[in-house]
Amino acid sequence: MSEQGEPSLVVSGSIRRRLALLLVGSASVLTAVLFALVHGFARQLAQESQDSILTASATSILDSAAVENGEITVDIPYAALSMLGNVSDDRVFYRVAAGGSFLTGYADLPAPPPQGRPIGFATAPYKGEPVRMATARRSLTLAGRPVEIVVSVAQTLTGRARTLARISRVTLGLGVGFFLASAALALLAARASVRPLDRLAGAVSRRGPKDLRPVSAPVPSEMVPLVRALNRFIERLRISLTRSEELIAEAAHRVRTPLAAVRSQAELVLRRVERPENRRALREMIRALDESSRAAGQLLDHAMVSFRTDHLERSRIDLAALLGETVARLRPLADLKDITLELELRDRPQLSGDSILLQSALHNLLDNAIKYSPPESTIRIALEQAGAQTRIILRDEGPGFPARNAERLTRRFARGENAADTVGSGLGLTIAREVVQAHGGRLLLANRRERSGACVTLLLPS
Amino acid sequence: MRHLAAAIIGLWSALAGLTGPGTAPAFEIESLTRFPAPGGRPAHSLRVISNADTALFSPIVLAFQERHPSVEVIYTTASSTQLMQALAEEGAEFDVAISSAMDLQIKLANDGFTRPHRSALTARLPSWARWRDHVFAFTQEPATVVISRAAFAGLEVPRNREDIITLLRAHPERFRGRLGTYDVRTSGLGYLFATQDSRQSETFWRLIEVMGGLGARLYCCSSDMIEDVAAGQLALAYNVLGSYAAARSDLADRIIVIEPEDFTTVMLRSALIPARARNPELAGKFIDHLIRLSWERADPQSYPFPPIGDGDRQAGSGNPALRPIRLGPGMLVYLDRLKRRRFLRAWEAAMLRE
Amino acid sequence: MRFLLIEDNARLAGAVSDGLRLDGHVVDVAPDLSTADEFMKTGDYDLILLDIMLPDGDGRSFLKAHRERQDDTPVIVLTARSEVSDRVGMLDLGADDYLMKPFDFSELEARCRAVLRRRAGAADNRRRFGNLSFDPLAGTLQVADRRIRLRNRELRLLEVLLAAPGRIHSKARLADRLFAYDEDVSENAIEVYVARLRKHLAGADVTIETVRGLGYRLVGP
Repeated sequence: MSEQGEPSLVVSGSIRRRLALLLVGSASVLTAVLFALVHGFARQLAQESQDSILTASATSILDSAAVENGEITVDIPYAALSMLGNVSDDRVFYRVAAGGSFLTGYADLPAPPPQGRPIGFATAPYKGEPVRMATARRSLTLAGRPVEIVVSVAQTLTGRARTLARISRVTLGLGVGFFLASAALALLAARASVRPLDRLAGAVSRRGPKDLRPVSAPVPSEMVPLVRALNRFIERLRISLTRSEELIAEAAHRVRTPLAAVRSQAELVLRRVERPENRRALREMIRALDESSRAAGQLLDHAMVSFRTDHLERSRIDLAALLGETVARLRPLADLKDITLELELRDRPQLSGDSILLQSALHNLLDNAIKYSPPESTIRIALEQAGAQTRIILRDEGPGFPARNAERLTRRFARGENAADTVGSGLGLTIAREVVQAHGGRLLLANRRERSGACVTLLLPS
Repeated sequence: MRHLAAAIIGLWSALAGLTGPGTAPAFEIESLTRFPAPGGRPAHSLRVISNADTALFSPIVLAFQERHPSVEVIYTTASSTQLMQALAEEGAEFDVAISSAMDLQIKLANDGFTRPHRSALTARLPSWARWRDHVFAFTQEPATVVISRAAFAGLEVPRNREDIITLLRAHPERFRGRLGTYDVRTSGLGYLFATQDSRQSETFWRLIEVMGGLGARLYCCSSDMIEDVAAGQLALAYNVLGSYAAARSDLADRIIVIEPEDFTTVMLRSALIPARARNPELAGKFIDHLIRLSWERADPQSYPFPPIGDGDRQAGSGNPALRPIRLGPGMLVYLDRLKRRRFLRAWEAAMLRE
Repeated sequence: MRFLLIEDNARLAGAVSDGLRLDGHVVDVAPDLSTADEFMKTGDYDLILLDIMLPDGDGRSFLKAHRERQDDTPVIVLTARSEVSDRVGMLDLGADDYLMKPFDFSELEARCRAVLRRRAGAADNRRRFGNLSFDPLAGTLQVADRRIRLRNRELRLLEVLLAAPGRIHSKARLADRLFAYDEDVSENAIEVYVARLRKHLAGADVTIETVRGLGYRLVGP
């Protein structure tokens, strides 16, 4: 029942945490990749849209180029530049050159990319800021000779950066949302994946001490090896327990049957032997046999009790019936000494407990009482309900407990001045005390006040 | 106004400090007015260059000084082209530049002669009222037609440009020599109004041709045109700042201010902080002050301009004839050397036919 | 009475059957289950003493088959196992009682008597001697028309004496039968029980005679 006795386990990590970390980790990697992809795509889109509007602007200026009065001139359409203002508040620069010489606009605008495609793009610093520049080219004929008109339109990148920042914010928000959602899902998934393990652990730890059936509940395939190993282990344990039970039974049988034979023969011989010294020797022998077999019996009982008190097999118990059975079982023994067993059932309390253990406790106490009671005396057994407590009181008319030693008697293997008696009664009392304590109760040992005799009280919570 | 400018011309020498080191000031100023700090010794001095008349602007400056008593304001007026030249070419050190020539303000900002300003107030401005945190509009002023009540006695008051053209053609002798408009070659605002008009409708060119045919007189400034109309020297002045006309309530019985119903170009007067400002922080406060006044419908005594937040004039709402000029890179187009040359050629061809 | 003792340990079986026979009972001993089955077919027993571990099987299976045959001959199981853990199994399978090895004769007798008393019902178990009528199961003695209820030790003493009327029983031997071996009682303690019995026998034509220096004997009419 207590945790203290459990050996400390070395815990190395947690599957759930590892799984969650793994899933969260992959979610974050995916999120990062997604973010990078979207961001890159957005950057490209923003660049393309800026490029296309710059192209439109440059082209419309180029279209306005014409030869008038023998010179090349451009009539920049209002929309050519105002369209750039529609998209963003960026600064706008332009330059028109004809035949390699500056015509109008900003003369110091960075040089256009070398001739090649009809539209060229470049990013270069200008007036303290990076600008994106589109350059369009076209040839006009002036005085029979072709002249190349080059129109460059440039724009700062603030608007694009702002668009990009907005997209980044949205993407980041999405990413964070995605990440949080997948992290939550990961945790759920991790929990769900370990649930069969928890269920298995729960099912195994809820079992009673005698339940050594293999685990048969369906488990996920990954757990099959574990469960198989567990079942093999349970089976080995079951076999080993069965074997040791058989061994104990066999040993008890092998030891006690010859003892019984010897004892019975000794008794028979005693009936025929006349000489007092022989008779005394035989009696001593029988007594020694009794004591050792009684001690062996109690040791076995005690081992069983210790085992069972760790895992009580509780059930509803009719304490009166239980007490009645125990008394009936011991009545023939009491009769041998003309001892009267008086059972007084004042209440019929119900109790949740281990009936085998309780019977063992009562048996031991009553057996002790019979053993120490004088012939033709009375042992009174009372059962009563007192508030939340159930009380079983055994009063005999024997010598009572040795003064100041009563409590010690119930300590396991306590060896006082009367070591011989300890085996006889001490272990019985120890068994009773352990059983009562395992049920959350108390065992009180006292001597009767009005006359000689022991008074043993079992207090059990209802 | 002239007398004020004359009185202050003596302070010319003080301007040496306003220009870049080592360069002689080449731009022409019209006036320079010092608003001493009301709190005694000035801790700071705010230099404002503006093309708005001092008299019109002084209540705004005084209201600013109420909030900031330790600030001395030096208010310089110059034409918008001179303002442009001072800042873009001569590196003059002004803290705030205020101009009605939106295109030039945009060019200054576009070409990097300005510095940004951000505050809680600028954040509240709608996007059409600012450009790039550099140019901040604080008025909406329509370009109007001002006519003399006397000259139009017996005639129907024209409602749009077609009406005007019809009237002028019908009564050439009555209007000959008595028409006025900006000389777009020298006035930045005149050029802005003319180019924007030309974008709106071909009627503009017909009107200019008619006006040119009747020997229109060319002016530098709206105030002069208003005075001449009021004085009866002009029967009609085209593209006069309505705000100036409205401000002359004393002339209300002599002039009629018409917002043409076919379309009325609306100019946004704007402020910016030049890159070379010595006191950009204070300049920012001054701009916030302008924005606050313009949006809070302040007392007309301290804010003589039509408030920018006026529902009727707000861009995109109210009167469908209103055509507010959009702040933006489109304004750079008419500043293009070739474009300007082409426009002026056409204008001269129409206006100066003699 | 007729006993069937099913016990494979020959020494124990011998000792137990000798002891029972000394008390006047008839005992058949079966060393294994198959022999026991043979005996069961032919004989009719008052009581079966059954060992649990037998060479050809478990006593429990015999018990089960015995009960399934609806044979109501009482069975007392002789077990070497722990008192508590076997109890449930035995009684559930239909044993009437059980005895832990080793046991003494008096306990065996006591348990047999208890079992038989429970099973006796209306059957007449009385034994007569002179004008005595003695029912050992009920523990009653009738002298003429006087009914006396005997205490356990008086009953056992009378049983021993009645088993061999006329035979002289030494005090020591009688003490052996009456007292447990761990009781430290003197042989003279037997005199108390003899005196009590004599009082009960007043008016009977049966007396307990003191044979000086030797012991006691029952003398009939």
